[in-house]
Amino acid sequence: MPDMSVPAVEMRGIVKRFPGVLANDHVDLTVRAGEIHALLGENGAGKTTLMNILYGIYHPDEGEIFVKGQRAHIRSPRDAIRLGIGMVHQQFRLVPSHTVAENVVLGLPGNFFFPERAARERLQEFARRYGLHVDPDARIWQLSAGEQQRVEIIKALYRGADILILDEPTSMLTPREIEELMATVRRMADDGQTVIFITHKLDEVFAVSDRVTVLRQGKVVATLETARTDKRELARLMVGRDVLFRLEKRPVAIGPTVLEVQNLHVRSDRGLPAVRGVSFSLAAGEILGIAGVAGNGQRELAEALAGLRPVEKGRVLLNGEDVTNRPPRALVRRGVCYVPGERLVGTVPNLSVAENLILKTYDQAPVCRGIFLDSRAIASHADALIEQYAVATPSRETPLKLLSGGNIQRAILARETSGAPGLLIAAHPTSGLDVGATEYIRQVLLSQREKGTAVLLVSEDLEEILQLSDRVAVMYNGEIMGILPADRADLETIGMMMAGIHRTEPEVA
Amino acid sequence: MNSLPRIRLEKRLDTPRWLGVATPVFSVLAALLVIAVIFGLLGVNPLVAYARIFTGAFGSLYGLSETVTKAIPLMLAGAGLAVAFRARVYNIGAEGQLLIGAVCATGVALFVPGVPDGLRLPAMFVAGALGGALWAMVPAVLKARLRIDEVLTSLMTVYIASELVNYLVYGPWKGLYESGFPYSDKFPPAAQIPRIGITRIHYPTLILALLAAVLAYFLVRRTRWGFEIRVTGENPEAARYAGMNYLRTAMLVMALSGALAGIAGVGEVAGIHYRLRYPQGISPGYGFTAIIVAWLARLNPLGVILTALLIGGLLVGGDAIQLAMGLPSATVYLFNGMILLFVLGGDLFTRYQIRIELPGRAVATPVRLEREEVG
Repeated sequence: MPDMSVPAVEMRGIVKRFPGVLANDHVDLTVRAGEIHALLGENGAGKTTLMNILYGIYHPDEGEIFVKGQRAHIRSPRDAIRLGIGMVHQQFRLVPSHTVAENVVLGLPGNFFFPERAARERLQEFARRYGLHVDPDARIWQLSAGEQQRVEIIKALYRGADILILDEPTSMLTPREIEELMATVRRMADDGQTVIFITHKLDEVFAVSDRVTVLRQGKVVATLETARTDKRELARLMVGRDVLFRLEKRPVAIGPTVLEVQNLHVRSDRGLPAVRGVSFSLAAGEILGIAGVAGNGQRELAEALAGLRPVEKGRVLLNGEDVTNRPPRALVRRGVCYVPGERLVGTVPNLSVAENLILKTYDQAPVCRGIFLDSRAIASHADALIEQYAVATPSRETPLKLLSGGNIQRAILARETSGAPGLLIAAHPTSGLDVGATEYIRQVLLSQREKGTAVLLVSEDLEEILQLSDRVAVMYNGEIMGILPADRADLETIGMMMAGIHRTEPEVA
Repeated sequence: MNSLPRIRLEKRLDTPRWLGVATPVFSVLAALLVIAVIFGLLGVNPLVAYARIFTGAFGSLYGLSETVTKAIPLMLAGAGLAVAFRARVYNIGAEGQLLIGAVCATGVALFVPGVPDGLRLPAMFVAGALGGALWAMVPAVLKARLRIDEVLTSLMTVYIASELVNYLVYGPWKGLYESGFPYSDKFPPAAQIPRIGITRIHYPTLILALLAAVLAYFLVRRTRWGFEIRVTGENPEAARYAGMNYLRTAMLVMALSGALAGIAGVGEVAGIHYRLRYPQGISPGYGFTAIIVAWLARLNPLGVILTALLIGGLLVGGDAIQLAMGLPSATVYLFNGMILLFVLGGDLFTRYQIRIELPGRAVATPVRLEREEVG
């Protein structure tokens, strides 16, 4: 057992500057031995930077670090590992074609031959002690995200880590995997391990942590005992103002039918049936929420409607016109806008904010005259959208990749919704975003609805679906299990439908 | 505790503009440094050799004129390749497209009767550009229809083009008056590109080359096709999402780079040799060297004007030291290879920055790069 009186980690006055950004501004952080310490903050608040400093990936411009009471000069992850610090990054760093055991041992010094027996025994021990079950002979590419994360945790423990940093560990996991992870983290803490848990989700802070440090714009705002605070206080500390947890949804007169989908069949990337006979209709001024566990055909449905994936069977009618299998360009011209689930799909990170904002209108007036792009029109278009949608960017010429996730999403939404779309398809529009950005994005969707846009909202976040939708459809295994009006949709019914258990007759639309 | 300073690479968030210029310059200097060592091992004083190269290429009017002469095909092919590589379409076959351009020009010069004298040269340029573009369509169509990687197919079309030229100059087009050499007959005067004075600078082609570089620059920066090229090169998935037609863009840049390489071929046969010759006699690998020219310019078509002159000078200077210092003829290839290697390697510094850490100091010292970026 570690000495509980000495803090496991103490960071004092940490300053880290990046070009144009002060990522950490005199940050003090004390993590007690054996506790689970949540590091809470919005995207871009400096959580990951701070932990990358602790793990030796970045170097502080100022400040000092003490690990287990000793002044530490951490110049590389190797130094960090020697001090007993392990880090599990958001993106896993595993070799896909190698086995679990090979990945765990990879890079350890002193092994010329593969330490077969030792590796196996320790993997079993971790499984027994912390519930980190994973088949040592499985190859990484065969594993789910949750299992891969376990391998990453095992890797850190195998190297003797007793201070474990988890960077947004739940972002890739299914709800069940999240529960398993939380249980593992608890068992590790009970065993004397120190865990630093980076997150921007309030629920997770309360589910797992003993104490929480809130970062905002690179500064520590507060460190609190989790038991002595509540969601509202943390949200306010994190965002810097009160957060509306209830959005105002005004009644809107439903307009004519914009989208009608008839018996749609679409295949997945691997050629398997992913959407199997889906029918629904969507009217102007209406939000139809598509709920469901990811991987039940939602992505394929959204892509098919945006013209990015071939329709195998069935029809898509847009304002009465058959647009089945029309190319994306034709749909864009008809007012179909698509906010894709993966931000990388909808942006060009190395191009400027201004150029990203014309990604879909670059060949139309006023941006384009003849074959020439009008740089002045591009600039004024960018300035207008940046202001209207409050995109925080140093300038319109800044490469998009330098913006935070929330601001990139604002820019995408600005591009997609500014041209008064007829149909807006928004896939997981707030996934990975912090409270403030989430609130803003949801308000944009609601205001689109008020403007008479037909909105198709695909989301895994049930709260979001229920908060925004007028009707809720649940997808399971490529089919729509039922469509409920929002006032008759409750968590229980939808949960059952998501599991494929309950099925209501599709209402007549 | 480790007592040696450590050197680390950190990913850059942003690439300052000056670095885009500094990197190729330092890459070339680094390549020259390594070649200096090789010269040393060959028993040649590298300083003397470099001085010779420089004076050979730029030190006399003759040297300068030869440098410009060799820069013409490099500029033409290089400008086209810079655009293609921007779209991440890797046309490695400019050499073949150049040869086909030469063949088409020869065809028009010698075998098409009835063209008025004033139109003979323009017709040759048009034929050469079309021929180069069509030849580039072979890998482009294979890529579009069958998803075959263009790197391999475009390279292979070079050898086909080369054999075609061989066939023609040894066979049907073999000159009646060339006494056994694998040459075609000499072009009539109306099919010869005028030169400046006694130099070999065929200036109409030079003007075309400069124009091509400027237009290519505007194409990339200022037109909607250029926007498609840049988006496609940066993130093909986003291009698809935005409704851009990837295959059309790929065909466009293939055709453009092929056409410019074809024009370069016209310039060589109609401006230098006045006849079709065996392939190595037309081009000592200009189409391949143009790849270096394009990368050295960091794929900026305007920069190609400078880098084409630089590499052209290197070719001339390389020839000079071969003769003067008895160096093997592979010397020039050594230069080309080393420069490409260092330019591609030097790209690292635009994406990462170096930090040197001294032992016993907690705070690392950034190597002067960071402050200048702020603001």
